[in-house]
Amino acid sequence: MEIKELERLSTQVRRDIIRMVSAVKSGHPGGSMGCADFLSTLYFRVLDIDPSNFTMDGKNEDLFFLSNGHISPVLYSILSRRGYFPTEELNTFRKIDSRLQGHPSVSKNLPGVRVASGSLGQGMSVAIGAAITKKLNGDDKIVYSLHGDGELQEGQIWEAAMFAAGKGIDNLICTIDYNHKQIDGDIDDVLPMGSLKEKWQAFGWEVLEMDGHDFNDIIAKLDLAKSKCGNGKPVIIIMKTVMGEGVDFMSGTHEWHGKSPSDEQTEIALSQLEETLGDY
Amino acid sequence: MEELVVMDHKDTRSGFGDGLTELGRTNKDVVALCADLTGSLKMGDFKKENPDRFVQVGIAEANMIGIAAGLTIGGKIPFTGTFANFSTGRVYDQIRQSVAYSKKNVKICASHAGLTLGEDGATHQILEDIGLMKMLPNMTVISPCDYNQTKAATIAIAEHEGPVYLRFGRPKVPNFTPADEKFEIGKAQMIREGKHVTIIATGHLVWKAIEASTVLLEKGINPEIINIHTIKPLDEKAVIESISKTKCVVTAEEHMRHGGLGDSIAQLLAEKLPTPMEMVAVNDTFGESGKPDELMTKYGIDTPDIIAAVERVLQRI
Repeated sequence: MEIKELERLSTQVRRDIIRMVSAVKSGHPGGSMGCADFLSTLYFRVLDIDPSNFTMDGKNEDLFFLSNGHISPVLYSILSRRGYFPTEELNTFRKIDSRLQGHPSVSKNLPGVRVASGSLGQGMSVAIGAAITKKLNGDDKIVYSLHGDGELQEGQIWEAAMFAAGKGIDNLICTIDYNHKQIDGDIDDVLPMGSLKEKWQAFGWEVLEMDGHDFNDIIAKLDLAKSKCGNGKPVIIIMKTVMGEGVDFMSGTHEWHGKSPSDEQTEIALSQLEETLGDY
Repeated sequence: MEELVVMDHKDTRSGFGDGLTELGRTNKDVVALCADLTGSLKMGDFKKENPDRFVQVGIAEANMIGIAAGLTIGGKIPFTGTFANFSTGRVYDQIRQSVAYSKKNVKICASHAGLTLGEDGATHQILEDIGLMKMLPNMTVISPCDYNQTKAATIAIAEHEGPVYLRFGRPKVPNFTPADEKFEIGKAQMIREGKHVTIIATGHLVWKAIEASTVLLEKGINPEIINIHTIKPLDEKAVIESISKTKCVVTAEEHMRHGGLGDSIAQLLAEKLPTPMEMVAVNDTFGESGKPDELMTKYGIDTPDIIAAVERVLQRI
């Protein structure tokens, strides 16, 4: 998919996010909107996947794991628009009997989701396991994962970081959503983490930096990341993003981490996001 | 089981290790993970024979559980190995989200359970693990009684689709179940038929119940002994059938009263067949350093405790 189309897609995905969260007045719009450009590019240009024939095993396909499961709205929008399930199902988000749980779940067999996430810090370990299985199976496809920056405060992440580098898991590309925000405020106020780049380098990873809102850069860095696979080191992309990107009053603040806009605010937000591909 | 013959004394962890070695030869999808306790878990032979399918994760149990969950995606059958404490309490949320809720085919294999790991003391003597694991939806909980049964259980759980918690221990104990006996998940094992009282035991306490039975028989009490090696799902039919006959029951386990086998039996009986019951289990306390036998005695889960519990329950009928 070309950049012009990716831009239109990402705008629609942001509309989906606002509408999903607003419809149930709950959910996590901020981080979701910040990752819309990245996930659009990943799912519509990079991943080698077969949405019409989803299998849990995903053999000979690229795999993606969302570790920061609270940004489920962006994942659900992308999955449905990529063809994993009908876009109408986005209407059921967070409602009783829905496959679209507040945080991603496999309990109701939603195509596109292979493990539950929500309790933070677990997805990198799972991605490593899936990457080892690919190697054991002689499957040369790649495993991708996405993590929040606040999520890096979980100790398990660093267990996984040490393992992946120490054991040369080199079919793995992890991305950090580096928006500097978490529920309680700025990361530097909650728990300063110092230089992420130096930390990951010190752990022995191939570290790339990327602008998560510049499609040229996203495409170039994902290509570069892929070219680094197979060299004995796992790859991490530190992706600079803006929480709430796309709507002026939501952007750059942690206030919209886990809060729905009111009906009035929803109207204003949607007026800033053109309906490019048709609402669900 | 007609006559009980003690073939030898072996540790149940060796049953796990030998079962895993056999699986390594017969099932190419089995992958073993260990958190720096390969020797303690007896996983050395598997590692030697299958270096590509052995994942040494280091002292990082949370990561091990997550990696195991991921390994299932693509068809592998991961067996994780560490002490029971580090297999459950330390990684409860990882098991809950990435394994149980996610319905992953992970086998959590836990050694050194209970008091009988001995001298290491309470930090390592988990007595809550059965409770923690049986509360998780989708989880099967297995606690075999001797070496042969642990080996058979290890082999059997590879064929079972879904998360399993397999609990075993450190000390050498009598090995008395037949070596060729097939392990049937979820099926209670009749150790001896009797009529006056049902003793329901699991793990190391099954042999203690057998020891108790010889003393009880001398006193004119003929106990029925059932080995519940699968605590979840519980073989309710076998339990109800036996207790319908004997009218009273004693449970015995190397676990906390709260959350253990006795708790499961009490719940079943309260709902379906209220019956006088006594529980032989650790009563709301941590353990301590000591020899396994000394600890079993001090914490009230030894053969005389079973005998006393039988005598108490018989007075309540």
